Amino acid sequence: MNTLTSIRRPLAGCLETLLTGLPQLQTSPLPWINALRAEAVNRLDALPLPTTRDEDWRFTDISALTNLSFSPALNATYLESADVAHFYIEEATTRLVFVDGIYAPQLSNSASNSGILVSNMQTALTTHAAVIEAHLGRHVTFNDNVFTALNTAVLRDAAVVIVPRHELDATPIHLLFIATQKEVVSTPRCLVIAETGSAVTVLEDYVVLYQPTWHEEAIFIKETHFTNAVTEIVLQDHARVNHIRIQREGSKAFHIANCVVSLGRASNYQSVSVALGAQISRYNLEVLLVEGAECAVDGLTLISANQLADTHTCIDHTQPHGVSRQLHKCIVGGSAHAVFNGKIMVRHGAQRTNSIQSSRNLLLSGKAHVDTKPQLEIFADDVKCAHGATIGQLDSEQVFYLQSRGLSDSVARNLLTYAFGAEILERIPIASLKHQLEQTVLEQTISQP
Amino acid sequence: MIYQDSKVILEVRGLCASVNGVEILKGLDFTVKSGEVHAIMGPNGSGKSTFAKVLAGHTAYEVTAGTALFEGRNLFELAPEARALAGVFLAFQYPIEVPGVVNNQFLRLSYNTIQEQRGKEELDPLEFDDFVREKMKLLEMSPDFLDRNVNEGFSGGEKKRNEILQMALLEPSLGILDETDSGLDIDALRIVSQGVNQLTNKDNAIVLVTHYQRLLNYIVPDFVHVMEAGRIIKTGGKELALELEMRGYDWVAAEHQEAMATV
Repeated sequence: MNTLTSIRRPLAGCLETLLTGLPQLQTSPLPWINALRAEAVNRLDALPLPTTRDEDWRFTDISALTNLSFSPALNATYLESADVAHFYIEEATTRLVFVDGIYAPQLSNSASNSGILVSNMQTALTTHAAVIEAHLGRHVTFNDNVFTALNTAVLRDAAVVIVPRHELDATPIHLLFIATQKEVVSTPRCLVIAETGSAVTVLEDYVVLYQPTWHEEAIFIKETHFTNAVTEIVLQDHARVNHIRIQREGSKAFHIANCVVSLGRASNYQSVSVALGAQISRYNLEVLLVEGAECAVDGLTLISANQLADTHTCIDHTQPHGVSRQLHKCIVGGSAHAVFNGKIMVRHGAQRTNSIQSSRNLLLSGKAHVDTKPQLEIFADDVKCAHGATIGQLDSEQVFYLQSRGLSDSVARNLLTYAFGAEILERIPIASLKHQLEQTVLEQTISQP
Repeated sequence: MIYQDSKVILEVRGLCASVNGVEILKGLDFTVKSGEVHAIMGPNGSGKSTFAKVLAGHTAYEVTAGTALFEGRNLFELAPEARALAGVFLAFQYPIEVPGVVNNQFLRLSYNTIQEQRGKEELDPLEFDDFVREKMKLLEMSPDFLDRNVNEGFSGGEKKRNEILQMALLEPSLGILDETDSGLDIDALRIVSQGVNQLTNKDNAIVLVTHYQRLLNYIVPDFVHVMEAGRIIKTGGKELALELEMRGYDWVAAEHQEAMATV
């Protein structure tokens, strides 16, 4: 059972609309992949689409998404390197490119100097089937998550990064997902495995290609598409992963992503996620820590007009001596709406956990809206945890300080707004990307009324 | 230093100002001429810092009466940035931390804004880097401070040096130093004072707001003023500061009340 035609439940009607015309998937030669898909299809049958009546979706109304119909991307738009070279990151020589969710080998460069495997899954399965089987779909759960189930049900390919034991590579690996077709659903999938003692930097990047030929009829960035991404990241003992995630989809796009990160003993996960695009976006990040694991999870949402960006994170300390730090910032202009729900879980027995979380939000207009909910759930009694949230306008003392040095009120405000975002961008360890995003923030904050 | 025929830089008459509806300044008169160094002393709550902030244009303070002419212009008609461009500089008592803004970037932006106003040449990042490093030597500041966020994580002394560095870059005609000495150890006090002394010339003026005579050993004032309840109640030479250090402020207030009673 590996097609969606078996969906009969009434609520699945929305899903059918969402996936009109999904073809019969080719049966994989690997039975476990077929089994995984079938399991996901089964779950899809039972899972309703979330509505604002669900606590986890209280602020994020996706009826605009579920009322539309999308077709799966069947044929990849054939692109030349020249079409997309402006998306490339100069530091990242290793790159996997997916166009509307479909692997584009002509744009990719998977040759890595080190022993790291960077490849699409179809290729990677020929050499690394066992390790992929051990992890793919094993960390992310689709039992209660319709979007993860949907992604898994149609799983065909994925971006796979496997870093062998003790392999250290400072060169970032670019996983680039380009949307080119309207009214299409794409289901990107990433699997990153950092084996014991290894270190790697991975950039997960969602962009839209603004094709000049579309100028005449419709401006593509105003057209809708739906990205439903799933990422699994595994850090074995003492591994280090830098994970940068940039969501810069078109302004009418829908972007829903689920990422699960599983940290081994004394491993270290550093992540910066930036949400700039999409009409409605939702990012669920779940980080699981065992003994002595450490994570820093930072985020920046910069939205305007009528965008909605929702970030849900859960940092789950399951064993003692875990350390987590989180700073999430939203800059909200126009009549945009940002949501942050950050849960820190300290399980029974996770003694000596040290966790700090902060949600800071800047509203640039009277109609801008933020809902933030930092949550601590502590079941251990010897822990150090702190969390807090602020929502506000710019600090008037800072504005005055800059004015007293000759900067005009508007220059001072723009600089401070930029700085508010730059505090997160500074943590991106890829200089050219950091610079690029700083420019984006600068342009967007200056264009605000 | 007092010069013959020096021009008036600042003339304040009958200044009243309030914050949150509470009147703090109650008819303050104050005149500064070019080349002079003035010290304003007085007990806590006498309005010294309020006066400094009112001159710089802090929006939390409302001017309810009085005038302030700065080089002939009505200061209170100017926005804070226009005052800075005109040549007023306030070294903050508590310099503000600005996370996310790199010091170097901030200093250059500020410097170039003022240069542009003065019709002088702006500096590109490389030129500015050389220029600012020279100025930093004056304050014995490590160039590392250029790459850090404005005042973020600076110690008290480092923040104050950064303020004086800004003054050195912007070359104001009126520098108001609001308790720049507070929180400085003896070495930092010496360095900051030397920096200020090197910046003074016959065309500019310095107003030092301070609690303690200590600073005035290093930056010698031409005039010492005592503030009390929102006014200047006594003005003297540098020896007045020593007297205040020994005798406190009560006698000045008493003397003032006596004088008022006989009027």
